[in-house]
Amino acid sequence: MTQVTNGTRIVKAIVLLIGALLLFAPFLFQDVRSIEVAARICIFVVLVASYDLLIGYTGIVSFAHTMFFGFGAYGAAIALRQMGPGWDAVALGALAGVLVSIVVAIAIGLLSLRVKAIFFAMITLAVASVVMVLASQLSQLTGGEDGITYKTPEVFKTAYKLVTDADGKVVKVFGVKLNGKLAAYYFVFATSLILFIALLRIVASPFGTVLKAIRENEARAEAIGYRVVAYRTAVFVIAAVIASLAGTVYAIWLKYTGPDTALNFSIMIDILLMVVIGGMGTMWGAVNGAVLMVLAQYYLRDLMGVAAEATANIPVLPYLLDPHRWLFWLGIIFILLVYFFPKGLAGTIMAKGART
Amino acid sequence: MTLLSLQNMKTNIGQYAVLHDVSIEVPEGGVFVLLGRNGAGKTTTLRSIMGLWQPSPGSVTFRGRDLTGLHTVDIARLGIAFVPENMGIFGGLTVEENMILATAKGTFDPKRLTYIYDLFPALQKFWDKPAWSLSGGQKQMLAVARAIIEPRELILIDEPTKGLAPAIIDNMAAAFREIAQSTTILLVEQNFEFARSLGQNMAVIDDGRIAHAGTMQDFVANSALQDQLLGLSV
Repeated sequence: MTQVTNGTRIVKAIVLLIGALLLFAPFLFQDVRSIEVAARICIFVVLVASYDLLIGYTGIVSFAHTMFFGFGAYGAAIALRQMGPGWDAVALGALAGVLVSIVVAIAIGLLSLRVKAIFFAMITLAVASVVMVLASQLSQLTGGEDGITYKTPEVFKTAYKLVTDADGKVVKVFGVKLNGKLAAYYFVFATSLILFIALLRIVASPFGTVLKAIRENEARAEAIGYRVVAYRTAVFVIAAVIASLAGTVYAIWLKYTGPDTALNFSIMIDILLMVVIGGMGTMWGAVNGAVLMVLAQYYLRDLMGVAAEATANIPVLPYLLDPHRWLFWLGIIFILLVYFFPKGLAGTIMAKGART
Repeated sequence: MTLLSLQNMKTNIGQYAVLHDVSIEVPEGGVFVLLGRNGAGKTTTLRSIMGLWQPSPGSVTFRGRDLTGLHTVDIARLGIAFVPENMGIFGGLTVEENMILATAKGTFDPKRLTYIYDLFPALQKFWDKPAWSLSGGQKQMLAVARAIIEPRELILIDEPTKGLAPAIIDNMAAAFREIAQSTTILLVEQNFEFARSLGQNMAVIDDGRIAHAGTMQDFVANSALQDQLLGLSV
């Protein structure tokens, strides 16, 4: 068992608080944008946590994580468009995404995990680029650059009434309609929670301990009887499967899948930033990193707009705080976080008290 | 009965020939000590047995089975544990996690654990602490304990006394005597006092060749030979 420090308790308390806020998000923040943000946080927590399993727990640097996310999203999208909005299409799409992810991950893993980390990273980058080009070119199947729009199961339609009163009207709880949109959000929340808990179980298991040992010293792990390539391939496959399932969930939430939402390299950069900000090799850091980055992506511009207005009478400052410069400020925040929290937010806080 | 046999083993590291001709017979039971000056090829011999360097040509047989060409993982799974010179522990993991890594099923045999605690009481005290926070002696104890958490037939130990305080070396010697009751130890050591207190059989390696092999008793009695091979006399 990993040593429990006061810092660990603080991080877990923060994650529990975030979990509670996400659980009650539809009731606490009753606008469309907030629910969009909450759903995106849920999905990115899983995506970042599965990437942390690779980079943080095993030391594997991959640029193909978005590709597996895309396999899951496109699997569901293609199945829903071809078969119609049923659960059978969701199941088949998810299964197809998972199977393709397993096959590609095993192929990359067995062929490439013996090489040095930098070459492996380059190979994953090349494969991901090829898949992105294919997704654009196989337009009959993938919708090309325009992507695919489709319907999801009836229960996720906004007009769907989960609970009705005597007059047949949808019931409201704390002012929130119990409709299909709410069902869709809780589908995203529940599946994300299950996948995140599964990842926590994996890293807490003896398998997770072997991964940490491999990350620390491959030769030592082999000297006590562990086949490093087999373990690295296994963890690459597990991370790919989780990313693929996250992609399926995102496709159901968005009701649209295209290169920009499922395969774009900017998603890969977001994942990398989230895992670094949150803290590699902690799993809990995925939650902090995803929350901070998604909130910054959605609200930093608004915040800067308010700040620019408030400082309108001060020279230079409104110019610097112009909402169009939000990426510049995001970069500054990232540099400061890395400087003051070198192990990421969760990693640095959890390390407090580790010497005792 | 011979447990481990090295025949005309030669090992090259890159373009350099480190072992030229190493032949030793390690009998089953007790402690076999491999002595030698710095750079003589002691560590390379152990690493070649474990498959971390591939000997070529020459052969390594364990219970009559040829280990040449086998992967390190397969050699470890035959019941050979390796405690390297730098202890080989995982500093980022706790003592418990380090120990659990060396178990086949990820669980401890309670009797074996009690045996370990009796040998090295400090490990019980620091069970949930990260290994990097242990002292040098405690790290060495952890490395040895990990090698014996499950019954092994042979343990290769590389310079376990390096940098340790005399009191800890005494404890380590007592622990090795206890371990040698049930397991064969192939010990590489420069501390001759420590080695002579433990070894029944021994060999001296010099410049990648076995310069002498025999019983420890005879070697201890021959101070001229000690002077010649190790540059010391007891």
